[in-house]
Amino acid sequence: MLSVKGLHTHYGKIHALKGVDLEIRESEIVTLIGSNGAGKSTLLNTIIGIIPSSGGKVFFNEEEITNMPPHAIVKKRICMSPEGREVFPQLTVQENLRLGAYAIKDKKFIKGSFENVYSLFPRLKERTKQTAGTLSGGEQQMLAIGRALMSDPKLLLLDEPSLGLAPNLVLMIFKLIADINKQGVTILLIEQNANMALSIADRAYVLETGTIVLSGDAKELSKNDAVRKAYLGNT
Amino acid sequence: MYPGMQQKKLMFWRYMFNGLAVGMAYALVAVGYSLVFGILRLINFSHGATYTFGAHVVLFFIGYQTNIWLALSASVLFTGILAVGTNKFALEPLRKKKSPPIASLITTIGVSYIIQNLLMVFMGSERKSFPNMLDIPKLDLSGLPITEPQFFLFTISFALFIILTLIVHKTSIGLAMRAVEQNTKAAHLMGINVNQVITFTFFLGGASAAIAGVLMAGYYQLVYPTMGFLIGMKAFTAAILGGIGVMHGAFAGGLIVGLAESFASGYIGGTYRDAFAFIILIIILIIKPTGLFGKKTITKV
Repeated sequence: MLSVKGLHTHYGKIHALKGVDLEIRESEIVTLIGSNGAGKSTLLNTIIGIIPSSGGKVFFNEEEITNMPPHAIVKKRICMSPEGREVFPQLTVQENLRLGAYAIKDKKFIKGSFENVYSLFPRLKERTKQTAGTLSGGEQQMLAIGRALMSDPKLLLLDEPSLGLAPNLVLMIFKLIADINKQGVTILLIEQNANMALSIADRAYVLETGTIVLSGDAKELSKNDAVRKAYLGNT
Repeated sequence: MYPGMQQKKLMFWRYMFNGLAVGMAYALVAVGYSLVFGILRLINFSHGATYTFGAHVVLFFIGYQTNIWLALSASVLFTGILAVGTNKFALEPLRKKKSPPIASLITTIGVSYIIQNLLMVFMGSERKSFPNMLDIPKLDLSGLPITEPQFFLFTISFALFIILTLIVHKTSIGLAMRAVEQNTKAAHLMGINVNQVITFTFFLGGASAAIAGVLMAGYYQLVYPTMGFLIGMKAFTAAILGGIGVMHGAFAGGLIVGLAESFASGYIGGTYRDAFAFIILIIILIIKPTGLFGKKTITKV
């Protein structure tokens, strides 16, 4: 579904991605693990067109989308919930969600999306008229994910959805990610919490200083000694 | 009651209505600063010249005996395009190069002088009388301290201000404008074509400046290439005073500046009129640095 081939990205003189290859098949959950500064967010931002790539190619369903503007990529139904949630603080929950379906004109479709998101996140339904800046961290995270689901994406990019959340909320978010995947949404997940990520993912990639160093079945990777030592916090 | 008392009361209301009428036009110009600032965090100093341009376009078309409504529509269209062009050809390249904000600021000042000078070259630098062209229906205002031009300046500006507010708060493109204002990166992720939103914002600012320019030219029955300088500064003051980036801030700021200078010139003397906007600005900023309705930007991580 998504294939990334030899992708390079530069931030000024910093070479952040050094030829990344990555493949996502339909209806998978693929997770990308790696330490801070490995280039995980850079990879997601390059895929969706926020950061220009300096080499390599990105294909979505066989169509090249390298360096297209983000609004064009979103129209192809790739959506992203960014790191740090990035909700619109002075807009209401409802307006935030409405913006998630900005590119869509069909009113019936939008209504259906609202129903779907509110059934996944009943908490948001209770707070439709509240401004996003007044929500708790967990609620903002739900809003960020819900907003990304509004245009019924085929591929959902999730950047650190559990960052800064209380443990019970982390569990809940991961359960939701699995539920969303069951609805037929393919997911690329970036996580600090590698344990949890590997437990729900089908496959995983390990990114270190801009290069993929390992990849494979999520269950097998979670047994890999190097991975356990570096990312799972046990030996 | 002796007649002097009556006279004093009448003068008070005259100053009041004059201030409201002119202030409403300031508010309309202030919105242009506010909208662009909201989206780009840039003070667009070419806005005053844009306003001047709007008035001159109408004067130009009227010279060819064009119907006033046609001339007005042409002015809105061309002035909107001028504002969009300023962004496309002078500001967008700077943003692409990630130039420091000061470069854009200086550019807008440069653009303002270019527009002013081009108007001098093509239309002449002298003060030209502007026809009182609106076929104003006769109103019976006898006995009231408000004149017909004041009444129309106020109502038309007010109506336009309401329309602008509705565009920003009730339409889909308005929602996109507010999204870009609050978080440009997230706006990209929503599938919003941010460049298109910026273009639209400049058009809206240019169009409202054009209408304000025509209204004020009609009010004072005077047009000249530097007419936008002072009003540009005052409207900018109004925007800052009310809280830049907020619609009702521009509204309140415009009225405060208009009223203050009307009362000041009435009671203190016309010489001080233009200084008053700025005196009030300084006082309000000392008390509340974000302006009356300015919001602190909350960034929650």
